Amino acid sequence: MSDNRIEGYARGLFEIARAEGTLDEVEDELFRLARTLESSDALRNALTDEKIPVNRREGIVEDLLGGKATSTTAQLVSMVVGAGRGRDLPAIIDRLVQRASSAKQLEVAEVRTAVPLTADQQTRLSAALVNATGRQVNLKVIVDPSVLGGIVATVGDTVIDGSIRTRVENVKSRL
Amino acid sequence: MSLLSSILAADPAETHHWLLPETAEIIYGGLASVLVIGALAKFALPMLKKSLDARTERIQKELDASQGDLAAAEQDAASIRQALGDIDAERTRLLNEAKAQAEAMLADGRARLATEIVELEARAAADIATAAARGSDELRAEMARVSAVAVEVVVPSVLDDQTHQTLIENFIAKVGATR
Repeated sequence: MSDNRIEGYARGLFEIARAEGTLDEVEDELFRLARTLESSDALRNALTDEKIPVNRREGIVEDLLGGKATSTTAQLVSMVVGAGRGRDLPAIIDRLVQRASSAKQLEVAEVRTAVPLTADQQTRLSAALVNATGRQVNLKVIVDPSVLGGIVATVGDTVIDGSIRTRVENVKSRL
Repeated sequence: MSLLSSILAADPAETHHWLLPETAEIIYGGLASVLVIGALAKFALPMLKKSLDARTERIQKELDASQGDLAAAEQDAASIRQALGDIDAERTRLLNEAKAQAEAMLADGRARLATEIVELEARAAADIATAAARGSDELRAEMARVSAVAVEVVVPSVLDDQTHQTLIENFIAKVGATR
């Protein structure tokens, strides 16, 4: 998909979520959905396979998000998948998150951890990242077991890597 | 009467002694002899002399030729002797040259052999070093692989919830202290 089309879809989703007054929830839910799509080949293939009928793919979205996300999020995802743009859904969502953060004058801070962070930890981590980068951040936490332990934080082009995975890779490299 | 007396006894009927010719015969005979001797002296003697001179000259020529042949033979003999001397010298030179070449080839062969031995030793040492290094590298790689697998297996097993929380808190503290 062209960059303009991705931008167009992102802008559309953003405006709908803002009009519905659920931008923060939708943004957060879509962000987590995008990361899930990135880590699951089976789900990504199911949502992007042109041989699967559109209503079947929309049914998969309903099964995936029903009761776990706001209806706005589920409808927006169904709309994108129904339009045959499931393959570009992660890119569209990332663009939407950037747009939402820019609207709030925030920088997206993508944080990957092996275990979920408590609300208190997220607050303190957000403050720490603001202190370290000098920018207000929109914290997006992703539970990623491949991190093994610790945290990897990405703010714009800055990567702060305190993961056990990286230390293990360093040890393996030295070995 | 003895025989001699009989012979010497003159026949009284004879006008001259029976042992002597007639006077005319003596005269005619004498003249004829003079003519024959003169003719011989005039005609035969020059021819005889000429023949003898020619024979002398021929013999002299033969002697000269023999002398020339002798000189030539002596010259040939000298040449042959000189050639023999030259052949000896050439043989000596060739022998010396062959000997020198053989010695040079021997020395060159020894030098080349020594060089090849040195190169073979160096190559063998390099091969041994390479094999040792390769063995060391392979051992190191195997140790690294085993260690990496051990790290992959061991690290997650020792990361309990307390450790996770400690790592997260340490990260937050470290990032918060950064500016």
